[in-house]
Amino acid sequence: MSRPGFVLEVDERTPPLLIHQGEGFRLEGLPLGSKVIYPPDSLPGIRDVNAAIRHALLHPHGMEPLPELLKPGMKLTIAFDDISIPLPQMQTPDIRQRILEHVLELAARKGVDDVELVAANALHRRMTPSELKRAVGERVFRAFFPEHLRNHDAEDKANLVNLGKTDHGEDVELNKRAVESDLLIYVNINLTAMSGGPKSVSVGLASYNSLRHHHNSHTLKHSRSFNDPPNSAMHHSYNRMADLLGGHVKVFTIETTMNNEPFPSAMSFLNKREWEWNLKDQASYLAVKRGNDMLPPKMRRKLWQSSYAPYGVTGINAGAPSQVHPLTLQKVHQQQRVEVNGQSDVGIFGVPFICPYNVNSIMNPILVTSMGLGYQFNMYLNQPIVRKGGVGIFYHPMPNEFHPVHHPSYIDFFEEVLAETTDPAQLEAKYEKQFATDEWYIHLYRNSYAYHGVHPFYMWYWAAHAMDHLGDVIFVGADRRTAGRLGFRTASTLGDALEMAKHTVGSSPEISYLHMPPLTLADVR
Amino acid sequence: MILALEYHRSPARYLATRTATGTKLGGRMAGLIAGNMAPLRLTNKAEPRRPGDDWTRLKPLLSGICGSDLGLLNGRNSPYLTPMISMPFTPGHEIVAETMDELPGLPKGSRVVMDPVLSCGPRGVEPCMWCATGRQSRCDHVTGGSVSAGLQTGFCADTGGGWSRQLVAHASQLHRVPDELSNERAVLVEPIACAVHSVRRVHVPAGASVLLIGAGTVGLFTLLALREFTQAGPIYVVAKHGHQRARAKELGATEVFEPKRAPRALRRATGGSLQHPEIGDEFLLGGADIAFECTGGAAGLSTALRLVRAGGTVVVSGMPNSGVDLTPLWYRELNLVGAYASDHGGPGALGDDVPNAAEEKVRADGRGGDFAEAISLAAGAPLDGYVDAVYPLSRWRDAIGHAFAAGRLGTVKVAFDPGQQ
Ligand SMILES: [Zn+2]
Ligand SMILES: [Zn+2]
Repeated sequence: MSRPGFVLEVDERTPPLLIHQGEGFRLEGLPLGSKVIYPPDSLPGIRDVNAAIRHALLHPHGMEPLPELLKPGMKLTIAFDDISIPLPQMQTPDIRQRILEHVLELAARKGVDDVELVAANALHRRMTPSELKRAVGERVFRAFFPEHLRNHDAEDKANLVNLGKTDHGEDVELNKRAVESDLLIYVNINLTAMSGGPKSVSVGLASYNSLRHHHNSHTLKHSRSFNDPPNSAMHHSYNRMADLLGGHVKVFTIETTMNNEPFPSAMSFLNKREWEWNLKDQASYLAVKRGNDMLPPKMRRKLWQSSYAPYGVTGINAGAPSQVHPLTLQKVHQQQRVEVNGQSDVGIFGVPFICPYNVNSIMNPILVTSMGLGYQFNMYLNQPIVRKGGVGIFYHPMPNEFHPVHHPSYIDFFEEVLAETTDPAQLEAKYEKQFATDEWYIHLYRNSYAYHGVHPFYMWYWAAHAMDHLGDVIFVGADRRTAGRLGFRTASTLGDALEMAKHTVGSSPEISYLHMPPLTLADVR
Repeated sequence: MILALEYHRSPARYLATRTATGTKLGGRMAGLIAGNMAPLRLTNKAEPRRPGDDWTRLKPLLSGICGSDLGLLNGRNSPYLTPMISMPFTPGHEIVAETMDELPGLPKGSRVVMDPVLSCGPRGVEPCMWCATGRQSRCDHVTGGSVSAGLQTGFCADTGGGWSRQLVAHASQLHRVPDELSNERAVLVEPIACAVHSVRRVHVPAGASVLLIGAGTVGLFTLLALREFTQAGPIYVVAKHGHQRARAKELGATEVFEPKRAPRALRRATGGSLQHPEIGDEFLLGGADIAFECTGGAAGLSTALRLVRAGGTVVVSGMPNSGVDLTPLWYRELNLVGAYASDHGGPGALGDDVPNAAEEKVRADGRGGDFAEAISLAAGAPLDGYVDAVYPLSRWRDAIGHAFAAGRLGTVKVAFDPGQQ
């Protein structure tokens, strides 16, 4: 039995604590009395994953076993989560590959010919052929690519279908092939409580026209934790869309959950609580840190991007989305949830090198914001770890650096939009439509490997709730000009940051540090 | 004898400066280097002689330093112009001055600005086909007649130039300055006239999008003229320095971009797509309808060529100083238009019957010649503070250095006050 999550109170014996900061990390001594929130120890992975997959497909929840759903002559579409999940990319074989191989084998045995595979990339960049190959495995790739293994295209009008509006007036416009199939199978990886379930299809296979109903500044500002779906306005919208979709196509979902082992063994100290580091961990901390700090930035990035997670699979559940997802959430919570007693004045977050949108890419300043203030800040149930009006302290160097192929509209968003306003509602009103309909961005999204023109807006909206909630945001170690453009202050040390925070929270604030990665979900009572 | 700055080109120095300022550091230190290496000296020399009765001596009140002067001093100007220059000469062609001799209709002591072009009129020769039609800046006789070779006053040995205590000018070059117009504004008339001229060199359709590369004197005045004489739609300005941004906004720029951002920002504004060649700068498929190159640099011209739309027009207003890749001109079927100095006529609209005369002729479109328009613009436009650095001739090294760094130092125009000790 792995140990549950844990809240440490810093005292004289507490060693300096590890804090991630982009493509690096540091050890930081936190003030006495600070609370440090650790996730439960990594759960053991399932030993025989193939057996678990078989079992899930044959004993689904709320649906007939998969073999009974497969009929000769049927139209079958299999969608799968794209490269934004899991983070970092997992060591091969990827769980998607294993599941696809099982499903395809069943389909072949049942005489199903018309099978299409779709990466559910929504408005994310297309996956490259080698990225697809890595996710689905060599055999599936060879059999299906390129004609029958594609990226979803949210701008391909001819291959989208409008299913009408929900009772809230939200357009539901989705991948035509998926909707017109006799069966849509969705292969999911659930790393956080916010994804999976109704989100899979109604986001992953949707058009911009449909996405704009839940990906907007209002909904996101009013979603009290995306990781607590019953309390998230965004998830209510997903549910309405999924209900409407349910009347058109039968969805068989396969959801998987991972344990908390994002770092390979050479960096296993990153998965451990600091006071439990043994000599080997301390030595490898020093070696990795020194080596890492000495590397030229490009090499350093390459090294981090090619560190693959030895994730263990903790759960595989299949069947009707509404019945599968609660089981998935249960597993996610079991791995990540930790009870925290009350909010603090100051929340500390170390922003790591990766977020869903910079796999094999650059974590630009807008992505840093969305990771820190969007994803990490929202890793809570009930209420944020910081009180309303408190201070968020984030660690990231935040260089002014963008991937020109992957994030072209981000560059313009940073240079033009943020230069004018950082207010989510204002920039949404003035610029979102321009960016969303810009033909060049659309062209690059469809034909190159660019995120959709509107994507930086979504990233900014992710942060809307935190910006609204926090009285001040300070980035430690960040490039001053870049952070300034985003509307954030910078400090070179934690001491300076706490000094700056004095105006907002006084000179002896209560401090909570959400220790992640690995993922930690604070259940704040 | 009068005090004058004299340009005495030495080929060795010319080349040495050119090399020294061709590097990155040299570019940044151009002022210092030019100050030390420029083929310029302060001398006492004989007053220039009046070539005829229709000439007057001028006492300069203020004389501006122009980009073309700087090009001359750092050796970046093209040797192309050498036949139209006579040595040694005194630079200075942006002048507000006082006349020292009586002329018909222009009493001694009048305050005047000067059209520097030394065309058939001043030279006392039969008008060439251009001068005959009021288009003096195209004159074919700039090397002949009663004064030595020189495309303009300020490049001619016989006339003297503005960077001195005295020069001579022909009646046809002079325009009276209204009493209300300060010397600081009057000294801007010549560069404004050039800007008016450049805007008149092309047809700017109503609503057309315009890109201005550069927001120094030429760029700002081109913007002024565009807003005055055309119905241009959005005007996007590429400006290096903060104060230029504010000034461009004040003169009616729609948006101002930093040079590095220009391709992306213009694409956002005008549509189209951004392209990245394997080597060299980005360009647009799409872009502005018309671009004005106002920096006099190869980089500016290259940017203009890369950022106008297919079939668009690039007007070269700054004196170009080196070559650029003309592939976009060919591939995008662009029109490349030169714009030099100013004239009495306009873009080909005038008939042969328009005589060459001292008084302003009215153009076919009902407006005055470039200088007349420039005088009224100088009076009406928000140009306070444009001349904020005035030096005596004795501090010429400082003045030249300041002019080279003007953009960085927040200055638009640096001028000499030759009367000052
Ligand atoms: Zn000039
Ligand atoms: Zn002539």
